[in-house]
Amino acid sequence: MIREMTILPGRDKSAAKENYDHITLSTGETISIVGPTGSGKTAFITDIELLAQQDTSTKRTVLINGKTPGDEIRNNPSLKPIVMITQNTKCFADLTTEEFLQIHARARGIEKEKIVDATIELANNFTGEKIKKENRVTVLSGGQTRSLLIADAILIGAAPVILLDEIENAGIFKQEVIKIIQNSGKIVIFVTHDPVIALLTSKRIIMENGAVKMILYRSEFEIRAAQNLLDLDHRVGVIRENLRAGKIITRELIASNFI
Amino acid sequence: MKLLIVAGPPSAGKTALIRQVVKKLHHKMKIAFLKIDVVKAFEDLELRKEFNIVARKFYSGDLCPDHAGVMIMGDAVEWAEEKSADLFIVESAGLCLRCSPYVNQGLGIVILSSISGIHAPEKMGAMVSLADIVVVTKIDLVSQAEREVLIQKIREVHPGVTIMETNALQGTSLHKLYQLIENSAEIEQETLVLKGNPPLGTCTICMGKKEVGWKHHFGVIQKLDGQLAEYLYRGE
Repeated sequence: MIREMTILPGRDKSAAKENYDHITLSTGETISIVGPTGSGKTAFITDIELLAQQDTSTKRTVLINGKTPGDEIRNNPSLKPIVMITQNTKCFADLTTEEFLQIHARARGIEKEKIVDATIELANNFTGEKIKKENRVTVLSGGQTRSLLIADAILIGAAPVILLDEIENAGIFKQEVIKIIQNSGKIVIFVTHDPVIALLTSKRIIMENGAVKMILYRSEFEIRAAQNLLDLDHRVGVIRENLRAGKIITRELIASNFI
Repeated sequence: MKLLIVAGPPSAGKTALIRQVVKKLHHKMKIAFLKIDVVKAFEDLELRKEFNIVARKFYSGDLCPDHAGVMIMGDAVEWAEEKSADLFIVESAGLCLRCSPYVNQGLGIVILSSISGIHAPEKMGAMVSLADIVVVTKIDLVSQAEREVLIQKIREVHPGVTIMETNALQGTSLHKLYQLIENSAEIEQETLVLKGNPPLGTCTICMGKKEVGWKHHFGVIQKLDGQLAEYLYRGE
């Protein structure tokens, strides 16, 4: 069982050694990775997903419970303790949603009968337009694909470490996702440009030039700031969903939603 | 001399993978490279220029490229031995899916792109099912779930095969592949044999006769309904 995960330093884009000793993440911890585009955020979580052993472009090393993970864990999906939700909003597999999930459940060694229905049901909490199990995954929209992959990661991947790459994209209901994932006892890592998500995590890793620049811990003041931002984000969300539904934003609508 | 035969459809990333192998191993072993192709190939020039290794190509022209590969393999192994290579890498044209270019010695690797389609492992027949190693490339283009679905499909076609996933442009996660190549056994030229069954021999269509319908042909004929003619070897 995973108790902690350690990331040892690699090299930045100019091949200089990263300026930290080690980063250790423990069960139940939530972390966000922030920094400008191209600063190496996705590469950082990809290293974790691949359980890098100095064999990725960053030359980082990832340890599980302080030890080098075995080959089998790295190469067999059913043993892999990590799920990653990438930025992909497209599936190329010419399969229906049901077939896709069935095969993935087989790959992950899950035999529960209802898993496919449960996954689609969960995905439909994150997306406006419902996914049906006979829909081919190739024709799902960006948001639907994203929602499906997130639900798949939670229920079928069902791993103790969950990596999320910019879940705020693609117009899905991110608050719903965060609600389900937080307090799950997993190690949760968000790559994000979203201030709400960044402030919801207790630790922030700041990236620059392909390397970890610094690690910050959330302050008391930031916790209050996060609460304000959440309220604000909720208001923006209400207006967005009303616009999406073809409503007109009126004084009354604002008054009835925001006290 | 060790032998590495690399197969896979066009644009799967065969050359990108070979580049990583050469980059990693050319300081330790003398490498010779042969590309078999039909119309045009540049891989030999690129690898020679970048790593200064012995490299050449062979155009099969009017001949089936897999057929041509089998025909020239004997000479090619001799050529690589003459150049005192420690590792001979052969890159196939990767066109037809009927045959596979692997032999009973050395390593046979098939390269499959993550975006080649979920049915590719089944459709590619012997190229996948007779390979020693499957390398899945372009993993940065698809979700983790989709990669795992493709790997599951590969396992169902070829249980027990060694599977690796990589971004071949960056050479991610290939340590194990380098180890397997370095630890592979030396080949013995006299006992090299194709792993797969060759296709049926020449028939009138192969000769270029254009008439339509089985009555106009001999050799390997087939009716719309029913079997191949009884007296012909049908392959396995």
